Amino acid sequence: MSIAGEVWVDVCDILDIPVRGARIVKSPLGCIALFRTADDAVFALDDKCPHKAGPLSQGIVHGRSVTCPLHNWVISLETGEAQGADTGRTRHHKVRLVDGRVQLLMSNNETCAA
Amino acid sequence: MSKKKLVVIGNGMAPGRVLDELFAKDGSLYDVTIFNAEPRVNYDRIMLSPVLSGEKCFDDIIIHDDDWYAAHNVTLHKGKRVSAIDREEGCVVAEDGTKAFYDKLLIATGSSPIVVPIPGHDLNGVITYRDLDDVDRMLAYAEKGGRAVVIGGGLLGLEAAAGLRMRGMEVTVLHLMPSLMERQLDEAAGHLLEKAITERGINVITKANSKEILGTTHVTGVRLEDGTEIAADLVCMAVGIRPNTELAANSGLDAGRGILVNDQMQTSDPNIFAVGECVEHRGQCYGLVAPLYEMAKVIAQQLAYASEAIYEGSVTSTKLKVTGVDLFSAGDFADADGREEIVFRDAAQGVYKRLVLEDNRIVGVVLYGDTVDGAWFFQQMKDQTDVSDVRDTLIFGPAYAGGGAVDPMAAVAALPDNTEICGCNGVCKGTILSAISATGLSSVDDVRAQTKASSSCGTCTPLVEKLLALSLGDDFDAGTVKPMCACTDFSHEEVRRVIVAQELKSLHDVLQTLEWKTSCGCAKCRPALNYYLLCAWPDDYADDAQSRFINERAHANIQKDGTFSVVPRMWGGMTTPDELRAIADVADKFEIPTVKVTGGQRIDLLGVKKHDLPDVWRDLNAAGLVSGHAYAKGLRTVKTCVGTDWCRFGTQDSTGLGIRLEKFLWGSWTPHKVKLAVSGCPRNCAEATCKDFGVVCVDSGYEIHFAGAAGMHVKATERLCNVTSEEEVIEYIGALMQMYREQAAYLDRVYKWADKVGIDHIREVIVDDHDARRGYYDRFVHSQRLMQIDPWAERAAGKQAHEFTPIAVENAGALVS
Repeated sequence: MSIAGEVWVDVCDILDIPVRGARIVKSPLGCIALFRTADDAVFALDDKCPHKAGPLSQGIVHGRSVTCPLHNWVISLETGEAQGADTGRTRHHKVRLVDGRVQLLMSNNETCAA
Repeated sequence: MSKKKLVVIGNGMAPGRVLDELFAKDGSLYDVTIFNAEPRVNYDRIMLSPVLSGEKCFDDIIIHDDDWYAAHNVTLHKGKRVSAIDREEGCVVAEDGTKAFYDKLLIATGSSPIVVPIPGHDLNGVITYRDLDDVDRMLAYAEKGGRAVVIGGGLLGLEAAAGLRMRGMEVTVLHLMPSLMERQLDEAAGHLLEKAITERGINVITKANSKEILGTTHVTGVRLEDGTEIAADLVCMAVGIRPNTELAANSGLDAGRGILVNDQMQTSDPNIFAVGECVEHRGQCYGLVAPLYEMAKVIAQQLAYASEAIYEGSVTSTKLKVTGVDLFSAGDFADADGREEIVFRDAAQGVYKRLVLEDNRIVGVVLYGDTVDGAWFFQQMKDQTDVSDVRDTLIFGPAYAGGGAVDPMAAVAALPDNTEICGCNGVCKGTILSAISATGLSSVDDVRAQTKASSSCGTCTPLVEKLLALSLGDDFDAGTVKPMCACTDFSHEEVRRVIVAQELKSLHDVLQTLEWKTSCGCAKCRPALNYYLLCAWPDDYADDAQSRFINERAHANIQKDGTFSVVPRMWGGMTTPDELRAIADVADKFEIPTVKVTGGQRIDLLGVKKHDLPDVWRDLNAAGLVSGHAYAKGLRTVKTCVGTDWCRFGTQDSTGLGIRLEKFLWGSWTPHKVKLAVSGCPRNCAEATCKDFGVVCVDSGYEIHFAGAAGMHVKATERLCNVTSEEEVIEYIGALMQMYREQAAYLDRVYKWADKVGIDHIREVIVDDHDARRGYYDRFVHSQRLMQIDPWAERAAGKQAHEFTPIAVENAGALVS
């Protein structure tokens, strides 16, 4: 069931993302990092660390967090929030799994940046 | 006045402690001579189990090293057994005739393991568990794998079983009684323990009456009374100990089960004291360390001042040292009239706590699964505190009993000063705190040296650390036992040892076995573990790309804008017009914005888009250029000068040797980056003396250097040795590289590792020990056979394509709802 204005876009198979890893998705919303955790949960964040815009998709995924490759900030995959002493937040996106396919929510009113 | 003579028979933990205490009071009173039947220095016998399991090594458990004996002018006769005490003459005589006169004599002959005299008990492969020789014997068996039977399900038997299991043997424990450790545990806790032991893959048979050990010359199995036969290559007898009284009894001293002593710890001869497991005091013999240390304290005072200090017996507590099994017990917990009990059970969490009360005072404590409050309960028990007021919440420990906070720091802060923190050494919280503030202690090692707390079995180390943290606040650094990261309490060195000792060959195995606190580690420990596994098992371990930092995963260096830099290898800093042309072409074709000459004599292409990397590499490969590993914790560059090829001062072919070294070393993964240089003469144009490994050519051959640094830390190298041929240079540096690979903590550069293990030690191994050097060299060569594959060529051919390919989604055409 979808709410008016909600558009889910089919992105890839969950198997296309390495376990404890990430893929970059070039979308109308900009570059999005798509993560898969050890327990096969999928998360999506803007591919930008709140610190110095480091590409989070290139970080090491552990538990429900990713460590930014530039300066080791740890970002929550669930909220996009910086963990520990650091503060800042990366925009997170809604994703869902349907029969092993990863779908990303695109709101119609977002502007396209890519 | 001449010094009095003190002779000590035995060199275990108890007499060692007497001497520590005595020297602390006054080191000038006695000339001390020790006779030790074992051929070594005083070590921590309680820690044999972690040595057996591979979590510690012998050096970790030495209490007094050779320097200690020298510093205190103690004569130590290693490997000399005393055969007689001549009380008339006042001297002792060893088997080899060595004689020593005494004014005071201290007998510390300890105890012997009991060997059940069933048929077959004298076969080869039947081993008791008492000293380091026993551990060595067991390890020799464990190396071959196979099956072990441990007779005895008490403290020692279970620790032996767990150790042998961790070393990879199939283990069965035979226990005569219906439940394990029945002397320390009640039945419920015994059952939980049995479950935990079984879950470790150890077979437990209770009510097992061993009838016969089978075999003709060597053990083949054990037969029980009911006819059951269990196959075995090794039988470990751990049924108990018997005080060694023979020497004392033969000298006419009174002995019962042990050597009889009074409250002053004197035997029936007032000039002869006895201490430790060999004594019987008020009808009690002790096999745990805490009472021995209490005795030691009294004897030291007697020896120093003939004081009125007396020993009145000990209340003991027990902890099992099997990693992952938390168990604490103290006192008496048999059912009796007038006794009540408070029990807490959480089967799902595997927690069981039982307090036995008599007249509103704790007389027995059994804790299983959660033992943090053990010290506090034990203190209440020893103090005979009336607990009626806090009875309702007593079982939840001090945090609730006083209504205090539950945070562990607050709980430690709330403990009264007389709470015993270190059970082995009887050290209270107040003693530790005042030592910290009075003498400015800042590490656990300092506290150990000053107060003895945490210096024996080590289970109270976390408490001591919390006390340091309480006193010093942010200034406290956990120091030597620094855990790898917040996911574990194990240090890098401990983890490496366990990976090898227990043959852990996957990340999953390591996280499980060492009980990682997080589901899959963190960005600090995962790359380290991946490296340790790769180094230990080059044939078997499959590299985990997701546990590598992006640079090593993508085989290029990430830049601040998310683009990458690419550095092809230029062997020994040499290049050709064709290579340079190929690099120029690639820079043009892929619009690479920056081309830079590096400090390591190569060319860096900066600002390459990630999705272009495989294509860039394909073009470079076509010109014969391969990965320079500028991104790797591995061999980076071998910088050279032109040597005898061109230079009028050159003494050897430094360029050729540099290329040879680079071709030999490239592709290996190491704890941190490794940079080399070869200079053709002592003018050292290649700056070889600030590299991880360096070679300076001289007329007579080659000076090999190591452990330099020129980064955040600047340090000149140490000279390893001089050799005369290029072949030797290759062998020595290959061996050194492998020693560094096998020993260093992840992210320790060579100089840091060398600092930790000692420059001299490295020289002894690599230069003086031919076999050790060959061993390291051969292992390096073997590993290189598997590692020298150009990662760029693999990826240009499509390996890990997902790493370099973004997913594109469009709004139109892909809509679902």
